[in-house]
Amino acid sequence: MMTLKVNGRDHQVEAEADTPLLYVLRDDLKLNAAKFGCGLGQCGACTVIVDGKAVLSCVTPVVLLEGKQVTTLEGLGSVAAPAPIQRAFMEEQAAQCGYCIAGMMMRAQALLQKNSKPTDEQIRAELEPHLCRCGTHMRILRAVHRAARLMDTADASTTADRSAR
Amino acid sequence: MNVPVMLDRRRVLAGGGALIVSFSLGGALAQQPDAPTAPSPPGSLKTSPYLDAWIRIDANGAVEVFTGKAELGQGFKTAFQQIAAEELDIAFESLKVTTADTRLTANEGYTAGSNSMKDSGTAIQNAAAQVRALLVAEAARRLDQPEANLRTENGAVIAPDGKRLSYGELVAADMLHVQAQPNSRLKDPATFKLVGQPILRVDIPAKVTGGAAYVQDMRLPGMVHARVVRPPSYGAQLTECDTAAVEKMPGVVKVVRDGNFLAVAAEKEFSSIKAMNALAATAKWKETASLPKQDDLPNVLTGLPSRDTTIFERSNPAVTAQKTIEATYTRPYQAHGSIGPSCAVAQFVDGEMTVWTHTQGVYPDRQGIAEMLRMPPASVRLIHVEGSGCYGHNGADDAAADAALIARALPGRPVRVQWMREQEHAWEPFGPAMVTKLKASLDGNGKIADWHFEVWSNTHSMRPGGAGSMLAAQHMAQAFAVPAPRPLPLPEGGGDRNAIPIYTFPNARVVHHFIPTMPIRISAMRALGAYHNVFSIESFMDELAGLAEADPVEFRLQHLDDPRGRAVIEKAAQGFGWKKGQKAPQDRGFGFAFARYKNLAAYCAIASEVEVNRETGRARLVRAVAAIDSGQVVNPDGLINQIEGAIVQSMSWTLYESVTFDDVRITSIDWQTYPILRFDAVPDSVEVHIINRPGQPFLGSGETGQGPAAASIANAIANATGRRLRNLPLTRKRIKEAIDA
Repeated sequence: MMTLKVNGRDHQVEAEADTPLLYVLRDDLKLNAAKFGCGLGQCGACTVIVDGKAVLSCVTPVVLLEGKQVTTLEGLGSVAAPAPIQRAFMEEQAAQCGYCIAGMMMRAQALLQKNSKPTDEQIRAELEPHLCRCGTHMRILRAVHRAARLMDTADASTTADRSAR
Repeated sequence: MNVPVMLDRRRVLAGGGALIVSFSLGGALAQQPDAPTAPSPPGSLKTSPYLDAWIRIDANGAVEVFTGKAELGQGFKTAFQQIAAEELDIAFESLKVTTADTRLTANEGYTAGSNSMKDSGTAIQNAAAQVRALLVAEAARRLDQPEANLRTENGAVIAPDGKRLSYGELVAADMLHVQAQPNSRLKDPATFKLVGQPILRVDIPAKVTGGAAYVQDMRLPGMVHARVVRPPSYGAQLTECDTAAVEKMPGVVKVVRDGNFLAVAAEKEFSSIKAMNALAATAKWKETASLPKQDDLPNVLTGLPSRDTTIFERSNPAVTAQKTIEATYTRPYQAHGSIGPSCAVAQFVDGEMTVWTHTQGVYPDRQGIAEMLRMPPASVRLIHVEGSGCYGHNGADDAAADAALIARALPGRPVRVQWMREQEHAWEPFGPAMVTKLKASLDGNGKIADWHFEVWSNTHSMRPGGAGSMLAAQHMAQAFAVPAPRPLPLPEGGGDRNAIPIYTFPNARVVHHFIPTMPIRISAMRALGAYHNVFSIESFMDELAGLAEADPVEFRLQHLDDPRGRAVIEKAAQGFGWKKGQKAPQDRGFGFAFARYKNLAAYCAIASEVEVNRETGRARLVRAVAAIDSGQVVNPDGLINQIEGAIVQSMSWTLYESVTFDDVRITSIDWQTYPILRFDAVPDSVEVHIINRPGQPFLGSGETGQGPAAASIANAIANATGRRLRNLPLTRKRIKEAIDA
């Protein structure tokens, strides 16, 4: 039994130490966003954020995550209250089948958290570990740029709120 | 309430009949009283004519639309919702679309060939218009008003005095259980409020928030996770396996062995993977060297016995040839390469099998699974649930059969099977390798005088139907034989899809060499033979334009009569800034290509700019500008998304992809051994211009751009390097060798 912190909540998880995080998220915690794509760390569909960094959950044993903060796409927002990155992907209609998209969004989110104004080159370089087979790349890039703008606006409004108080 | 409803119904049906007569009188039939047979209703209404197979309305006014097609990420679920809401005059949000399910929806065969809009979209449009007409007729009767005085709005029929009867009030049991008529009173496209609008797709919110969006996300109570141990190669025989040891592993529920079919089910997903690995380690297989020589594939293919058909011939001896060129083009086996390996959930309860699957054909797949399990088809239900994009016949049907076979061994328990990456890559039925040989001549005016085109190909569909199409059935002890392949008939064709040129040539001959022997497991991959045939034709058109010293765009227009084709060529050229006599910047090239998919569906022209690194041979698509005419546009953003995707996906096929194998095994088994496009090679821009054709039939779009994109890129590489590459893929190594040659 170990404690796993996912999306801000502690979960008691019973999993063998070598179980990759992906299966704990999907099987034990019933989370959908992180996807099995290759199990080899080659496609990025399983990407989640651990302590602010994008991590391939299909090749990360759960035992290494004790005491760390795991964030999945579910932890960012919901259909009713989408996070900026989610809004951006909806507004750009940046999906066809969408199977790769959750992983793409998590890496983009990690990038935007440390670099709020990435260049196009930086976004492309960051997304290099990710495969999309439908050819939605152009929209994915547009959505990440849009998310950066939305987060910028959101930050500005938060600051404004604070100063008003 | 029931009794008056039943009474109403008879009168409504009578009214409906009268109404239909008035349609016919107003339609084409009125002018042709001697028409030989009554025309059938359009789209899939031909095969499923009852209106309530498509649209049901309950007493509360809730509207449900049914399609036998499967949403694969093309976004048509949203498009169908727009079409139905438009013709019914109800709010977009107020109706629900239910997709392929053998218990609920019409049998529309496969979701393939860019036919969903044409088949199902047309059926839904016409069914919705006829349902609306029935509701108006009933309202007219109840209000004692002529129909012409009534209008529909927001789910209700409204009288001139403002009196409003909702569809829920008007509908009666079985009122919609009537056969569709050949003609519908469709809305004037000028009045469309929803069709033609970029409505946001209904499936995207769940996909970007972690909602349950895929069959992979299904979790049924008591569900077990299963994995299959596939043979290491085609035809391998299982000689030894210690199943008992694996069954003792923690969490393992059952090992299923049936001949060469081997699988394990466990309570948790990762336990099933560990058990699969243990099972694979104990299994011994007898393999045979049966695969062709990869480096000699074109000769292997053209050397196989073939059934040859001349599919097109035209002759005008008055036109004489002056200069002649010939060329051979090849395509390797290529993988669908879905990002999510195939998956299915099956449950066997009281003699009834239910399978949730991302198959493209719930009905044909049901037939195959029923045959495999020796069950009556009526006892097998297949429900489509979205999976990862498939781009044709990937492992979906096989995974469905796997799940069903395992579920039968575990009655009552839902069984979820997902393939491993290596299994998807090694076992999916690939897009067939092809060879084309072209020869053509110019006349004294630089126009094409004669054209000879020959294509060698396997079939492009080994989809189920029978059990023998599915791996589980092929591998079980009482094995089902792989069915004999059949060429797909023209005009759509398979290996010969788009083999007949759309251009007008005075002399032309097209021969299809259909190869029944399939050395590698193959089936339908997006665009089928059109990908390679269009690549060949449109590359060769550029070679001929070069010979004629003509501009490639102008040269195409000189040989094309079809006005809609000409319009997309002109639009793409204009959007790109194509100019006669243009010269691309250093190490860059411009390319152009065009096709009408299947010669009967959507038109697409693509201009591209490619950059070639002369040191490494690396080619990158810098920008592409496409023009598309897909008939009446339903959702322009959905259409653009499809064409953008076609260009980018085709670019990956064209520059990088080929299945590799040795004598025994497929050796491209993951993303390292089968590399595809990554972000470093994504274009700077892809631009899509739509030519809308209000009121014209829906032509579909999913497979329209792949062929033109391939040829456009190849032509741009030729323009950049002065070298013509004719063997797909146009890899860095091949480009470098051509530059250095």
